[in-house]
Amino acid sequence: MSPEMLRLILQATGDTLTMVAIAAGLGTLFGLPLGVFLATSGRGELLAAPWLNRVLGTVVNATRSTPFIILVVAIIPFTRLIAGTSIGTAAACVPLTVAATPFIARLVEGAIREVDGGLVEAARAFGASPLQIVLKVLIPEALPGIVLGLTLAVVSLLGFSAMVGAVGGGGLGDLGIRYGYQRFMPEMMLAVVVVLIVLVQAVQTLGDRLARRLNKRLRHG
Amino acid sequence: MTAPVRVPLPQDLGRHFPGDALVRLEGVTKTFPARRGAAPFTALDGIDLAVRRGSVLGVIGRSGAGKSTLIRLVNGLERPTGGRVIVGEAEISRLPEAELRRERRGIGMIFQHFNLLSARTAAGNVALPLEVAGYDRAAIRARVNELLDLVGLTAQRDRYPAELSGGQKQRVGIARALATSPKVLLSDEATSALDPETTRSILDLLARINRELGLTILLITHEMSVIRAISHEVAVLDQGRIAESGDVFEVFTRPQAAITRTFLDHETGRALPPVLAERLRAGQPGEGDSAVLRITFRGPHATDPVLAQLVRDAGIVACILSGTVDEIAGKPFGTLVVSVDGHPEIVARTQGFLRERGLDAEFLGTLPADAWPAPRSETRHVA
Ligand SMILES: Nc1ncnc2c1ncn2[C@@H]1O[C@H](COP(=O)(O)OP(=O)(O)O)[C@@H](O)[C@H]1O
Ligand SMILES: [Mg+2]
Repeated sequence: MSPEMLRLILQATGDTLTMVAIAAGLGTLFGLPLGVFLATSGRGELLAAPWLNRVLGTVVNATRSTPFIILVVAIIPFTRLIAGTSIGTAAACVPLTVAATPFIARLVEGAIREVDGGLVEAARAFGASPLQIVLKVLIPEALPGIVLGLTLAVVSLLGFSAMVGAVGGGGLGDLGIRYGYQRFMPEMMLAVVVVLIVLVQAVQTLGDRLARRLNKRLRHG
Repeated sequence: MTAPVRVPLPQDLGRHFPGDALVRLEGVTKTFPARRGAAPFTALDGIDLAVRRGSVLGVIGRSGAGKSTLIRLVNGLERPTGGRVIVGEAEISRLPEAELRRERRGIGMIFQHFNLLSARTAAGNVALPLEVAGYDRAAIRARVNELLDLVGLTAQRDRYPAELSGGQKQRVGIARALATSPKVLLSDEATSALDPETTRSILDLLARINRELGLTILLITHEMSVIRAISHEVAVLDQGRIAESGDVFEVFTRPQAAITRTFLDHETGRALPPVLAERLRAGQPGEGDSAVLRITFRGPHATDPVLAQLVRDAGIVACILSGTVDEIAGKPFGTLVVSVDGHPEIVARTQGFLRERGLDAEFLGTLPADAWPAPRSETRHVA
């Protein structure tokens, strides 16, 4: 493997990690509260707002059912508004975040819904407010599930980030397509795949380990 | 004008002076609205109930009787559709949510499945209501230590619920419920998930808290043994209504409602031995059959030698089929199941004889002659 190739791979890995980190970070920032809200705002629930719940749920579903590559193209005006440009690694963060947010929201919603309703009942019984219940009961209890969800989201984002090469975003996917496919450098393609596999393994292992450490439901967790 | 004279009040003032009731339900009705495919459902119907300050009131009922709904009305987790719920000075059933939250700090609650946070240690769980109430760290620490000591879990303070036994988890639940120094403790089947020995120790702890801290307790259960172990008063809930209520000793020894008898039958001493129950028939005895009576010995009569007197003074022979002597709410209490000659006159005379001596003799049924030999009384057909 030539030093030039190595440089390209390192550069692309850096770009991928940056995009994924930004999208996962922002996706969590927006997706976590959204997920908590979706999980607690149904009829008769803690923050009951059934109408808003329905609207947000529909938006989330619509975003999630749009294939990522179409989403990327469809929101180009929005991307330009936010990033000032619609091409490049920075611009790619916008569609990635837009895709990550509802995905993370649904995963968080699922984790929150797993929390035993008896805990909410107990917290209400000792006088906790809905906000206190969310912050002191639901999120801490759902944390292992949330961490697993975020792990899944990061792994998915690694895959999505490979697609933003199509709109001029950098990263491993872009490298693989441009060199590996278009310039027919199978060794580059192979290297990209290997790096992605290693990244996915690392993320999954770290996520699993963290979730297990947080999960006190198991003895000696 | 003279100052009002203070007269010591009688022991059972709760029922005569509802003003001293700490928890009061007045004509409480709860109807759950219709859901898709289901008609509206009235879970509680015209409930009147008072829990005296410092006492333990047990509500017993079958599954679905409305027990949980009733207890959830007391801390406002559920709102009645009719009537009033009052705890201390506050009309819980009318308070807006924010004020209700503050009132709930004065009403502790424990649960069948403990409902502890898995991500917090024993100490962390006990600290939670204090954090919610805005205590500072030092105060929380001190209070948590005090509470863990009270429930005997000082050594387990840093264990997570998954590392605790059922009984220990319920102790954490109790410590958590007591954290904000409530005046009432609500217990929703708190021992139903525990084995008999652990149940015993949890009930002992609750009784001790009632005694030593003067905490008023409202507990619900489906087991008479729980009522009997720690309650002063009992209310029997059946299909959303109170079938019977009163002093535990009274209700246990003179049950009025059929549902109460059913519950008591499951308590040892009242259920007939299978060999008898199999042979017992409903209806009046015929020639040669025997009548089965249950004699209840209460209070001062618990040790009377009535069977000897029955033979000596009335010439009636009674055979003992089963019997127990027990203690309820600290008072001796016995049941004796006997058979006597089934002739209607003998049965009537036996019951009369016992009643004169202040004893109840409940007719349970008939043992047919071919199933069980009848005792013969010498005085048959004699006036
Ligand atoms: N939220 C609810 N909506 C409709 N019906 C309910 C609701 N909660 C309880 N019920 C009904 O009320 C009855 C009494 O329930 P509950 O108080 O839980 O009984 P218990 O605790 O005595 O077993 C049951 O028939 C139950 O199905
Ligand atoms: Mg119940």
